[in-house]
Amino acid sequence: MTKADTRKSVAAELKQAAEAYVEAHGRFATNGAAAAPKWLKERRDQAISRFAEVGFPSTRLEEWRFTDVKAIARTSFALAGEADLGGLEATVSAHVVGAPDQHVAVFVNGRFTPSLSRLGQLPSGVLAGSLGDALSRDTERVQGLLGHLAPEEANPFTALNTAFVHDGAFLYVPEDTKLERPVHFLFLSVPVSDVPLVIHPRNLMVVDRGAQATVLETYATHGEGVFWTNAVTEVSVGENATLDAYRIQRESEDAFHTAATHSRQERSSNYSFITFSLGGGLTRHDIKVVLDGEGADATLDGLSMLRGRQHTDHHTTLEHAKPNCTSWEYFNGVFDDRARGVFNGRIIVRPGAQKTDSKQTNNSLLLSPSARADSQPQLEIYADDVRCTHGATLGPIDDDHMFYLQSRGLTAKEAEALLTYGFGSEILNAVKSAPLRQALDRLVRRWLAEA
Amino acid sequence: MLEVKNLRAGIEGVEILKGLDLTVKPGEVHAIMGPNGSGKSTFAQVLAGHPAYEVTGGTITFEGKDVLEMAADERARAGMFLAFQYPIAIRGITNAYFLQSAVNAVRKERGLEELDTLDFAETLEKKLELIGWDDSLIHRAVNDGFSGGEKKRNEILQLAVLEPKLAILDETDSGLDIDAVKAVADAVNTLRSADRSFVIVTHYERILNYIAPDHVHVLAGGKIVMSGDMKLALELEAKGYDWITEGAAVAT
Ligand SMILES: Nc1ncnc2c1ncn2[C@@H]1O[C@H](COP(=O)(O)OP(=O)(O)OP(=O)(O)O)[C@@H](O)[C@H]1O
Ligand SMILES: [Mg+2]
Repeated sequence: MTKADTRKSVAAELKQAAEAYVEAHGRFATNGAAAAPKWLKERRDQAISRFAEVGFPSTRLEEWRFTDVKAIARTSFALAGEADLGGLEATVSAHVVGAPDQHVAVFVNGRFTPSLSRLGQLPSGVLAGSLGDALSRDTERVQGLLGHLAPEEANPFTALNTAFVHDGAFLYVPEDTKLERPVHFLFLSVPVSDVPLVIHPRNLMVVDRGAQATVLETYATHGEGVFWTNAVTEVSVGENATLDAYRIQRESEDAFHTAATHSRQERSSNYSFITFSLGGGLTRHDIKVVLDGEGADATLDGLSMLRGRQHTDHHTTLEHAKPNCTSWEYFNGVFDDRARGVFNGRIIVRPGAQKTDSKQTNNSLLLSPSARADSQPQLEIYADDVRCTHGATLGPIDDDHMFYLQSRGLTAKEAEALLTYGFGSEILNAVKSAPLRQALDRLVRRWLAEA
Repeated sequence: MLEVKNLRAGIEGVEILKGLDLTVKPGEVHAIMGPNGSGKSTFAQVLAGHPAYEVTGGTITFEGKDVLEMAADERARAGMFLAFQYPIAIRGITNAYFLQSAVNAVRKERGLEELDTLDFAETLEKKLELIGWDDSLIHRAVNDGFSGGEKKRNEILQLAVLEPKLAILDETDSGLDIDAVKAVADAVNTLRSADRSFVIVTHYERILNYIAPDHVHVLAGGKIVMSGDMKLALELEAKGYDWITEGAAVAT
């Protein structure tokens, strides 16, 4: 075969791989999911058609140039079902890091699992727990948002997630309500038999006008097995509302993880999203923040620490749709062995979004000559009175930095660990909750100690 | 304490130090002056063991040990300290944590128990009290966004905490305002002791007036071309270097 033939056959294979999911969707729609409201069924059907049409993305697409999902397409995944909950309690407590009094909702293979959850007392009007429950109890509110913030055209995997929507995290904080304690949504992938499993968590978080909340999503693996988590999170932050959102991905190195987090902010709202990519074999996370009301402020930070053959790809978009908004983005990545990081940071300033102030930074530290990072800023500015800056650093630890630390008595190994820790620390320092910061600090140190 | 003999060293194939000799006894304070580009920082970096510099001849011994056989971190743990002319910023690491790590590196070497954060905070507080400085710099990332003067002061703080036997100060007084020069000189005087020696590289006699060095040397063209006492520093201030370097050129 010529090169062109190979490319063609790969493209055909990626398209064809979608067929198994169309079939699975047929079974899904007639089984457990048959009870869903009509609008949801329609939305799912539409989404599977979309996925069937586009298939798995190939690296010939600009958006997927550095991330090859062939390995996902070639694995035959079964839709994850109910798992044995035996022995899960220890795994849950190992992952429920942060404030001791947080509200905890646990999802096993994408399903809300009350017996492992500890939601406790929630302020009046606050709904926290399962999207599956909300779909039946609160269907109108969900209908108005689900799929609107993260449209299925955004990315083939978002379409696939929508096709299989059935459960995930749900949070609703009503007007002027302050949720004092963080809500922790923990997603555990648990083996059912020997077959590789795919899980499509669908999360919806709504913080209404003047409300305040802190949330944490954790994705982790229990036991051995090949998993693919394909998560979508939609976030709506109302006028004057504040949401501090954190995400920790620490799945096993055999795990595939594709995700999309889409948020929309109204006037004078504050949204901060800090994501830690510490696990998974192949990870792709698309993050989109739309500043859709004057005076909104967004913070988007990320820390990736990978080794072995791990791969992580962050595609971020900060869209300034209205004037006088500020956004601050800071992504650090540490890559050892043959690990690879991809960062694509888009800033879009819509016409009329004057006085936009946006700053993007991406630093990649390469701890091994075989590690690799690619960083791409993309500025699309359609207004004239704005300030948008971006900067990136990429490379091994600087010799002068090493010498400075060694001249203070640290061995080369200690100096390298300290400088790497500093890289992580820059992001850790942005974590507002002290217990969560300490827990993440321990994760970062553990990662360093494993070197 | 320190014995440098006929030291030749360079970088990227260019020889910068061309047979430098210097002997420092315990408790002594030596000043090294000399024109720009004469090799003062090179000498300081070579003493500290910067791997980019290549030593092509001569010897350096510190307390009887062959320094040229030791890596930078070994030299530091043996008690040598360099206050950098251009200190490096380290993002994400607070000064306090950095100092704690450095102190513990030395303690580990000496078989002492490592200090935890609380113990170290106490040690640090005492040191700050000793040199009469406040704690405004210690919770900030190392030299990150520090003003020039703050960076220099931070080097002295590290010196105070690490308690080396030999401290080399590379233009720590440059870029400081009058009060800050005095503060640095006071700190050095406080830290001076019968078994701690200093090599102070400077362009100005002002700091030397406060510190009163035992010896003053002129480094030019990669060698010590003249040595004397404080009177030499005053003379240089008045006359510049030309009269010496011309003489040195004749001598070679
Ligand atoms: N990496 C390098 N490559 C080539 N030449 C270098 C390099 N680093 C330093 N030099 C040269 O070595 C000479 C000595 O430099 P050094 O910094 O030691 O001078 P100095 O006496 O400290 O000067 P100053 O008073 O300006 O601080 C200079 O001519 C300088 O340009
Ligand atoms: Mg110099």
